[in-house]
Amino acid sequence: MNLRAIPISAWIGIAGIALAIVCALFAPLLAPFGETDVVGEIWMPAGGEFLLGTDNLGRDLLSRLIYGARTTIFVALAATLISFALGMILSFTAAVTGGFVDQLFSRFNDLMMAVPTLIFALVVLAVLPQHLWILILVMAVLDSTRVFRIGRAVALDVAVMEFVEAARLRGEGSMWIIFREILPNTLSPLLAEFGLRFAFSILFLSTLSFLGLGIQPPAADWGGMVKDNKDGIIFGISAALVPGAAIATLAICVNLVVDWLMKRTSSLKGGRGDA
Amino acid sequence: MPDLLSVKNLKIEATSYPPGEPPKVVTLVEGVSFNVEKGKVLGLIGESGAGKSTIGLSALAYGRGGVRITGGEVLLNGRDILKLDRSGINSVRGCHVCYVAQSAAAAFNPAHKLGDQVIEASLRHGIMSKEDAKKRALYLFRVLGLPNPESFGERYPHQVSGGQLQRAMTAMALCPNPELIVFDEPTTALDVTTQIDVLAAIKHAIEETHTAALYITHDLAVVAQISDDIMVLRQGKTVEYGTTKQVIEAPKEDYTRALVSVRQAKRDEAPDQSGTLLKIERVHAGYSNGFKVLHDVSMHLPKGQTLAIVGESGSGKSTLARVITGLLPPSEGRIVFDGKELPKALKGRSNEELRRIQMIYQMADTAMNPRQTVRDIVGRPLSFYFGMHGAKKTERVGELLDQIEMGSRFLDRYPAELSGGQKQRVAIARALAARPELILCDEPTSALDPLVAEGILNLLMKLQEETAVSYVFITHDIAIVRAIADSVAVMHRGRLVRFGPKSKVLSPPFDDYTDLLLKSVPEMEIGWLERVLKTRRMESAGN
Amino acid sequence: MESGPITGPVLTDGVAGETHPRSADLSGIPAKPNPAATGENGGSFWRRFIFRRPLVALILQRFGLSVGLLFAVSLMIFGGIEALPGDFATTYLGQSATPQAVENIRKDLGLDKPWSERYLSWLGGAVTGDFGTSWASKNSVSEQIGNRLGNSLFLAFFAAIVSVPLAVGLGMLAVQFRNRLPDKIINVISLAAISLPEFFIGYLLILFFAVQLGVATFPATVYDSMSFTERLSAIALPVATLVLVVLAHMMRMTRAAILNVMSSAYVETAELKGLGTFRIIARHAAPNAVAPVINVIALNLAYLVVGVVVVEVVFVYPGMGQYMVDAVTVRDMPVVQACGLIFAAFYIFLNMAADILAILANPRLRHPR
Repeated sequence: MNLRAIPISAWIGIAGIALAIVCALFAPLLAPFGETDVVGEIWMPAGGEFLLGTDNLGRDLLSRLIYGARTTIFVALAATLISFALGMILSFTAAVTGGFVDQLFSRFNDLMMAVPTLIFALVVLAVLPQHLWILILVMAVLDSTRVFRIGRAVALDVAVMEFVEAARLRGEGSMWIIFREILPNTLSPLLAEFGLRFAFSILFLSTLSFLGLGIQPPAADWGGMVKDNKDGIIFGISAALVPGAAIATLAICVNLVVDWLMKRTSSLKGGRGDA
Repeated sequence: MPDLLSVKNLKIEATSYPPGEPPKVVTLVEGVSFNVEKGKVLGLIGESGAGKSTIGLSALAYGRGGVRITGGEVLLNGRDILKLDRSGINSVRGCHVCYVAQSAAAAFNPAHKLGDQVIEASLRHGIMSKEDAKKRALYLFRVLGLPNPESFGERYPHQVSGGQLQRAMTAMALCPNPELIVFDEPTTALDVTTQIDVLAAIKHAIEETHTAALYITHDLAVVAQISDDIMVLRQGKTVEYGTTKQVIEAPKEDYTRALVSVRQAKRDEAPDQSGTLLKIERVHAGYSNGFKVLHDVSMHLPKGQTLAIVGESGSGKSTLARVITGLLPPSEGRIVFDGKELPKALKGRSNEELRRIQMIYQMADTAMNPRQTVRDIVGRPLSFYFGMHGAKKTERVGELLDQIEMGSRFLDRYPAELSGGQKQRVAIARALAARPELILCDEPTSALDPLVAEGILNLLMKLQEETAVSYVFITHDIAIVRAIADSVAVMHRGRLVRFGPKSKVLSPPFDDYTDLLLKSVPEMEIGWLERVLKTRRMESAGN
Repeated sequence: MESGPITGPVLTDGVAGETHPRSADLSGIPAKPNPAATGENGGSFWRRFIFRRPLVALILQRFGLSVGLLFAVSLMIFGGIEALPGDFATTYLGQSATPQAVENIRKDLGLDKPWSERYLSWLGGAVTGDFGTSWASKNSVSEQIGNRLGNSLFLAFFAAIVSVPLAVGLGMLAVQFRNRLPDKIINVISLAAISLPEFFIGYLLILFFAVQLGVATFPATVYDSMSFTERLSAIALPVATLVLVVLAHMMRMTRAAILNVMSSAYVETAELKGLGTFRIIARHAAPNAVAPVINVIALNLAYLVVGVVVVEVVFVYPGMGQYMVDAVTVRDMPVVQACGLIFAAFYIFLNMAADILAILANPRLRHPR
């Protein structure tokens, strides 16, 4: 891959994601204060000792933002990884097996997708106990319906190609066909889809936390921080907008990279695209 | 008298945007000049990438996508249309010059009735009143032999067949009474028996209306029937330009000579056709939705010989190949291979049984995994069937590449880095790697340019001599049958029409369908169309 | 929020000249009936009906599918919840409740009956518009929803009538200047806008317009005695937020849909007939582009229904979304189930509308052979 061929927009995206990941990995080293330490007055303005000011309880906003990166990225990434694993396994099984299994999986997926994700999550989270792993699982399962849909479409596109038929005629097993013939040809669109799902997971998690159904206090996460500080808005205090901006920036960065990935996805016929 | 169309020193460029690279300017056509007199037909002929469609569209001052005409002149009645402004160009298009596209199915607007679309240009350019335009459309529908011409215009594009759409498109081009029509491969997408009807209809209509035409095609035999002059193009440059008679009967350039002689090859059939490697016994087959494709088909093939299965689209010839491979188990009948009945379904067959029958596809593009190198593609059957690996495998792959006349330097190339012909050769090497006794060839040459196709056919024949492999060769092209087959099976609508040694199948007395099929294949001979039309009833009610 | 504006249904690669109903989506209907297959068998009445009136048959099929889906969703919202761990009574009373108190409350709420019986009575009530009583407030759920549903629809309606013309206009602008500066600017801005969470946009607008400039009201409370203009000014900011949220996605999809039509072979044919730009667009592109664009709009309106949830919470607007979120935090199941079913019903209905419009716009189905 040619580094110079990567457009500036994608570089900005990569830089933003890298920064967020560094914050997440080294949060205790980078943050000037502890995650839950009350260090000052409530809603102190930005500047001085507290670079971004303090929050509704007098905790340092910058420190919470850095720790929040850790929670937000970890949960979103975990949910995306699980949803991908689940969606890919089920969709490839459906596409390769076909027949009844395919029908069963697909119809059930249609049913899951007939309810908007947020509404579904609200209904389910109203019943389930509040645990981090339950939150991750709910997000993953709901999101896997989208992965299933695209995974099945992509796999079917490839599975009807003659080189897959040729492998079947040779007598190859399902494993070889999935991993050696189909998967390498679906990587590009699936990588882009992974980015898209990750961006969605960040937004979805933030929305749930904002509604008070995601990550529970006192742990810092960006959506929850918006919720904590939202009452300051009417007094003209912008503390709620800082974590909001962080969510938006990270999501934009991911989308910039995805946009570039989608554009460079070469066609299956060998990338001789007719411009 | 000045020429109707005079193109001088045409240069056409395009900007391409390869993913991840800076844009590139490519020259598509350079230094092309020609003239078309009033009422005459010029054939533009060449392989894919020769720039013939691009040149054709330049007569309408049009460039598709990022294509630009960057040099030369296009004089229509002495006036350079490249210098016209937008409204000037619009007054030429659809009025003086009209266009017939290869795929009429895509070129007609699905939302409007055929009749309205046919007369639209005439009305918008104020050439005639709506009454007159309708009358002319009706006249043209009749001339072109469309069924129920009175009500034909009331139908929507998806309600009529491909052959009828192509004729309707010709009517649309002829309706405003233009001086010139550009035909862009108008019969290429059609079946042979339909192609000849459409070809005859077009020829009749342009003679009747005294319209000049640019006729673009890759098939020299087709253009020989319809044009007065021929220009042979290759990679955007003129190879040869002369009268049809001169180009067909006394070509000057080697390339043209090769094009003229490409369909002339003939092979004598094997004298002894008694043995049996493959036997298809009373096979019936259909799809799970109940649609039956094959009805009671039986044929057989001796060892080391070639059986050609001929038919048009929908004849069931490809389905038969799927039945032989086990992809589509037959509902009745059996397949006997080397004296033993093969399990009906693919799953029931052993690897050894699978190894002995290999397959070559029409589209080499999709038949090879684009993420695997030639080494992997050809090497896989070696490791899968014979457990070869390492240096031994590489050595054998190299041998196979030599056998297909490509050589070891292609070992680490990806399919995208190969030309169409090279891809098909690699596909052949992959089939050979399994040391099969039978290779099923499903139209392996029909997507290739004629000269490349001939190379592939010669290679297949050479390999048969070297390895005594048998072929089942599926094709729609009688010329190929003549060139390679020992025995021939003619199929029509899922039934076997005729089967036997080539000499018997291809000589009279014929049944109706074989007669129609044989007479539909254009021959490299001026006046063939007229001759054949006299003996063959034009099937106006058909497609 | 829902995945709509981020991934969205892909409209870009429809085959030129053929508008597919989105059969890959939740519809599951065949893109078009196969006359060859159905015609030969002929058999049943339904088969003949499909053959003769494919349009009506397809729409009926699609409608039936939606009803079936809604039924299945009701089962999932009710029955699925039963299957999940966690006991309502314990939740209701808190962990420290005595077993006796739990037993009493179970009886009180009717949790001691088998779930199939409760489901049937719930469904029967839901069909007639009775969703039972709230556990938290002991009020009738239907009454509460009656007020709030109107408010939510009021909000969504105004968001729709602002965003739809704006999105279509911008989409057409982007097509007109395809690959030139205006198109690129629109592309970059819309890519960014897709990534903004609703609450961020909402608070940004509040801080700027309500707090700093003081030209808008916050919170966006509405009550019965308000005049129409007062209501309008109260919902100005929530509407603006919703518009910004759906606009970018609707515009990108509109652009893709129009571009797809404009690059088709029949538009080239029209160009080669020497027709003027206006005639090409009005007569040849528009009839084929209208369908996908309407489809895009319907899909995004479906998203709008969900988008109101977050926006209502941000603006403290008394609508369905806020009602549901409040109910979820106190685990007031009758309210959660009722709201969930109504949101799902709107979503399913709008998706169905999108599919049916696509079917209606397909000339192959309107004029069968």
